[in-house]
Amino acid sequence: MLTRLVSLTAVTALAVMLWQALVTLAELPPFILPGPLRVAETLWASRALIAHHATITAAEVLIGLALGALLGGLSAIGLASSPMSRRLIRPMMVFSQAIPVFALAPILTLWLGYGLWSKVAMALLIIYFPVTSAFFDALMRTPQPWLDLARVMGANPARLMWHIRVPAALPGFASGLRLAAVYAPIGAIIGEWVGASKGLGYLMLLANGRAKIDLMFAALIVLALLTLLLHAGVDRACRRWLDGAATR
Amino acid sequence: MRPAPPALVIDGHARIDGLPVFGPLRLSLAAGRITCLLGPSGVGKTTLLRLIAGVDDVTTFTGTITASDGLPLTGRMALMAQSDLLLPWLDVLGNVTLGARLRGARRDLIRARQILNQMGLADHLEKRPDALSGGQRQRVALARTLMEDRPVILLDEPFSALDARTRAEMQDLAATHLAGRTVLMVTHDPAEAARMGHAIVILSETGLVDVAPPPGPVPRPVEDPETLAAQGRLLARLRAPAPGPVPC
Repeated sequence: MLTRLVSLTAVTALAVMLWQALVTLAELPPFILPGPLRVAETLWASRALIAHHATITAAEVLIGLALGALLGGLSAIGLASSPMSRRLIRPMMVFSQAIPVFALAPILTLWLGYGLWSKVAMALLIIYFPVTSAFFDALMRTPQPWLDLARVMGANPARLMWHIRVPAALPGFASGLRLAAVYAPIGAIIGEWVGASKGLGYLMLLANGRAKIDLMFAALIVLALLTLLLHAGVDRACRRWLDGAATR
Repeated sequence: MRPAPPALVIDGHARIDGLPVFGPLRLSLAAGRITCLLGPSGVGKTTLLRLIAGVDDVTTFTGTITASDGLPLTGRMALMAQSDLLLPWLDVLGNVTLGARLRGARRDLIRARQILNQMGLADHLEKRPDALSGGQRQRVALARTLMEDRPVILLDEPFSALDARTRAEMQDLAATHLAGRTVLMVTHDPAEAARMGHAIVILSETGLVDVAPPPGPVPRPVEDPETLAAQGRLLARLRAPAPGPVPC
């Protein structure tokens, strides 16, 4: 734990030094790339503003993540339960992945408005496939000897799913959720860029438009921290409840 | 009162993708007796067992598998495999009552406790499989098999991964508690066949050969001279390149 903290601090310090070196050596003006100190000052001075927008983005991401995990999980179970649904729905799912989520953002904004829900929908859309796909693959890879045993026992398919296939596939679900934790903020930010009056993505666009590059960087750093925090939280939750399930 | 166990006759041959796995052969399992099916790896012993169990979807079996009472076998068999197949997320009691759970039937916890008591596992009811030794895990698997209370028991090399002492203990337990059921035990261990088999059948590339078992009730003592001699003859027979006239 301590060594991790030390190495984290060292990496951060190194990155900040490189940043400052780049600014100093290339003599970049602040409206192109502000130095770390300047960004830190802005971050502190505008902390209330940034916190307000960060809360909005965090809410979008968290709701999107929860709904995406729920929908993705249920879809994977549905697909794994019935070969018919696989034949019908899988091609549609793959096709839907051929449409860039960016292209859907304006439509979602049109349908769901400028508020929270169009961003939630974006986050959901972007994580739905990785979650479903990872969980579904794991559900289809239940060790054959367990399936044989259950068959000889006369298992009913729904109970087989609930008592053996789902628990055995939870680590797969967990790897889907870990990906989702990194993707969900991307979805929310795209949503905010396309049309919003709140959120870190909106704040970044606004700051950029007013040449407040230091504010933009401050918002960017908060966004990155938010994503890291989310990933760490999801990772922890997965370790605690999902990863162990199949090996415990 | 349990209905009398049926005798089984398996008559036919098996192919995978047109390539013969075994046969034509005719295997009879005497009612209420342990039949040991002995043979080297790769001659189709396990395939034969899986066909009887009704869990083999890749092999084409041409012929009949019939019970002497004329009733279908489905729902009258229990399976025990080489690996214990315990579900790591369930405790011992949960694993032993898995069958009822998968069928949506009421779990008879009183009987489960009795059986686990007989297996010497009374102190381990709430433990997860990873907290048990290999021998204990295999005893839980035997308890789960007994819990199913089926007249026909299929054992697929159930003790081959255990150390010699534990294996002998398991053979004693299994022979005692499976008495009165029709048991097919697939094994590659001549010692096991000599100890456990009311009847011993060798499956080789050329077909089935009945071998007279040593005298005495099963499980026969490990140090019994006649059992040891039979074990030696069985091994010699297994090593013979073609089924020669080895006297038994």
